Amino acid sequence: MVDVAFQRTAPAKATSARTSLHRALKRKSTMAFFLTLPLILLVAGLVIYPAFYAIHLATLNKAMTKFVGLGNFEFLFKRDTFWLVVKQSCIFAITAVIFKALIGFIVAHFVHNVPANKQRRWRGMLLVPWVIPPAMSTLAWLWLFDPSYSAFNYTLSFFGIGPIPWTGDAAWARFSVILVNVWYGAPFFMIMYLAALKSVPEQLYEAAAIDGANWWQRIWYVTLPMMRNIIAITTLFSLIVTFANFDIVRILTAGGPLDRTHIFATWAFRVGIEGSDIPLGASVSLFMAPILAIAAIFILRDISKRGNEA
Amino acid sequence: MSRRKLSRRQFVAATALSSAALITAPYVRGAYAAGSVSIGFWDHWVPGANKASTDLVNEWAEKEKVEVKIDYITSNGRKNEITIAAEAQAKSGHDILAMPTWWPHAQTELLEPMNDVMTALIAQNGAVNDTVKYLGQLDGKWHAVPFCIGSQIKGPCTRIDLMKKFANIDVQEMYPAGSEPKADNWTMDTFLKAAEACHKGGVPFGIGLGETSDSVDTAGAIFQSFGAQLVDAKGNLTVKTDEVRQALEYYKKLIAFLPPDAGAWDDASNNRWLVSGKGALIMNPPSAWAVAKRDAPQVAEQCWTHGFPKGPKGRFAPHLPYFLAVWKFSKNREAAKSLITHLSQSKSIEKLVAASGGYDLPAYEKLTTLKTWAEEGPPKGTLYHYPNPYNHQILSIAASPAPPKVAQQIYVQATLTKMCLRYGQGEKMESTLAWAEGECEGFMRS
Repeated sequence: MVDVAFQRTAPAKATSARTSLHRALKRKSTMAFFLTLPLILLVAGLVIYPAFYAIHLATLNKAMTKFVGLGNFEFLFKRDTFWLVVKQSCIFAITAVIFKALIGFIVAHFVHNVPANKQRRWRGMLLVPWVIPPAMSTLAWLWLFDPSYSAFNYTLSFFGIGPIPWTGDAAWARFSVILVNVWYGAPFFMIMYLAALKSVPEQLYEAAAIDGANWWQRIWYVTLPMMRNIIAITTLFSLIVTFANFDIVRILTAGGPLDRTHIFATWAFRVGIEGSDIPLGASVSLFMAPILAIAAIFILRDISKRGNEA
Repeated sequence: MSRRKLSRRQFVAATALSSAALITAPYVRGAYAAGSVSIGFWDHWVPGANKASTDLVNEWAEKEKVEVKIDYITSNGRKNEITIAAEAQAKSGHDILAMPTWWPHAQTELLEPMNDVMTALIAQNGAVNDTVKYLGQLDGKWHAVPFCIGSQIKGPCTRIDLMKKFANIDVQEMYPAGSEPKADNWTMDTFLKAAEACHKGGVPFGIGLGETSDSVDTAGAIFQSFGAQLVDAKGNLTVKTDEVRQALEYYKKLIAFLPPDAGAWDDASNNRWLVSGKGALIMNPPSAWAVAKRDAPQVAEQCWTHGFPKGPKGRFAPHLPYFLAVWKFSKNREAAKSLITHLSQSKSIEKLVAASGGYDLPAYEKLTTLKTWAEEGPPKGTLYHYPNPYNHQILSIAASPAPPKVAQQIYVQATLTKMCLRYGQGEKMESTLAWAEGECEGFMRS
C-alpha cells in the first residue's frame, strides 16, 4: 500500500510543479522581470559593479596593497582643501539648481503662452544648450572667458567696463562655472516644467479667475501645487547631476584659481588620476553619495507622502 | 586487406623526427613568428611626427618578424594618463606604453626592470642627466627607458627684437648659434629687470601662475635656482626655510610685471601670448615658435630659444622627459625590450628629432648636437641651445629632489605656483608657508 501511494504522489507533484511554473510564466510581473532583465544586467555591470569596486578602492592604502578601512576618509577629514571642496560643491550645486529651476520655470511660462503653432520652434531653440555635448559647448565658453582674449571683455570694453578676470579671480571663476552650468541645465527644467504646465487642467485657472485670483495667486495656489511633484523630482535629478559635474569645471577652470572652483569630481580626478592616488580619489568621489542619498530620501519621502494624500 | 607492420626501428625514427620538428618549429621564422607587440605612443602634435615612429616600428617588426599594433594616445584631456591608470588597474593593455615624467614611479611595482636595456644604451649613447635618473630609476634600478618623443626642456623662448628694444639684451649674442653660451650676466636679477622693462614697454613676459605644467615648471626652476625645496630628498619638510622665503620674495616682485590674468593661464595661454605678439618672452619648448612659424611668421623670425637665468644656487631649467615602459603583465616582454632598444639607437633618435622639427629631446649626452637643432629656423640656429648642448644649465623638474611619489603630488597640485600666487596677492609670508607645509604633510601619506 505504501508503495502504491508513493507511486501515485510522484506524478501528481510533477504535474503541480509544471502548472505552477506555467502559471508563474503567465504572470505579468514575471514577464516584466524578464523584459527588464537585460537592463538590470546592464545596470549591474556598469553601475553596481563599479560602485562596489570604488568602495573597495576607497578602503585601500595609497599603494593599494593594504586594507585601511575608513582610513582614507579619516585622512580627508583632516585636510582643509577637502572641506573647501565640500563647501564649493554645495555652493556650486545648490546655486546652479536654484537658478536652473527659476529660469526654467519662467521660460516654461513664456513658451506655454506662445501660440501653439509657434511653440515647437521655440521649444527646439531653447533646448539647444541642453543637446550640445557640454564638453563642446564649454570649450566655446572657455574662449568667451579666455583670460587674455575674452570676447566678453572685448564687448564690455566698448562700454568702458572691464577687463573682468572671468576665470582668474576666485569669485568671478565661481560665477563663471555656475553660469555655464545654468546655461546648460536650464532647458531641461524648462521642458519638464512645460510638460507639467500643459497637464494642469484649464478649469482650475477658470475657477481661480472666477474667484478673482490675480496672476500671482494663480501661480501660488494653482500652478505650483499642481507642479510640486515634477519640481521635486526635477530638482533631485538635477542636484545629483550637478553635484557629480565634471566637464564644465574641468574645461573652464580645472579647479583654479587656488582650488577655488574644485568640486568633488574634479578634485577626485586631480587626486586620483593626476596624483596617482586612486584610493583617495575614490574616497573623494564616494563622499558625494551620502549627501545625495540624504537629499533623495527627503525629496522622495515628500513625493510619496503627497501621493498617498492624493 | 594487408596491414603493414611498424618495426621497432621505424617507430623510434618516426618519433625522433616528429619530436625534432615540434621542438624546432617555433624557430622557423615565418611572418609574425615571434608573436605580437602592442604599443601606446604619445600622439605627437607635430604633423608627420607619428609617421616617423610608425616607420621605425615597422622597420623593426619586419626584421624581427613580430606583428605590431600602435595606438597614438593624445595627452589632451589627460587621456594618456587615464590609459596608464586604467591599464594598471586592469593589469592588461599595451605591451609598451609611453609614460610622462612621474608615471614610471607611480606604477613602478607593475613595470618590467630595464637595467639590461639601459646599460647597453648608456654605453652606446652616453650618460643621461640626473632628472632622467630621478624619474626613471628606483633604488638605482631602471624601471623605464627615457624616450625622445615628447621629452622637452621649457627654457625661455624670447623675442629677439623686443628684448633688445626694451631690456637692451641681445639674446643671440648671449646664446650664439654654434658656440658656447656667454650668459654669465643672465641672472635672476637681470631677468627681473628685463621683465620690468618689457612690462613698461607693453610687452610683458608671458609666465603663467596657473595650475598646469608650464606654470609649475617655471616656478620649479626658479625655486631651485634659489635652493628652495618644500620637501628634501629624504622626505623631510623644508618649507619654512630662508631659501623658500627668498624664492617667494622674488616671485612677488616678478608677478608685478606679469600679465594680470596670469593666475588663470593654462598651457596654451603662454603660446597664444607669444604668437599674438603681445609678449617678449615665454617659458616653453619650441612648440609656440613652431605654431608661430605657421600662423605668424613675422613673430617666429624673431624667436630665440635659450637658457634659463642663473640664481644664487645655480642655473636650473625645467626638463620633462618621457619614458617607454613595459608592463610586467606584458606577454612579449623580450620583444618589447628589443623594440625599445631599436627606437633608442642614435639613427632612430636622429630621425625622430628631425620629424618633430627639433621639439623632441633625447636623454643621452652624446645626442644633444644633432644637426636638426643647428639647422632649424627661421632664424637659423634658433633651437641650437634648446637641447642644452654645453650642459650650461642643470636640467631639473619642479618639486625634486623630494621622493618622487611626494614630488608628484606637489607637482600636480601646483603647490609652488599656488604659494607664489597667495603671497603675490597679499597673503602673509608665514600664512603661505604654513598652508604649504600642511599641504606637503598630506602629500606624504603612503
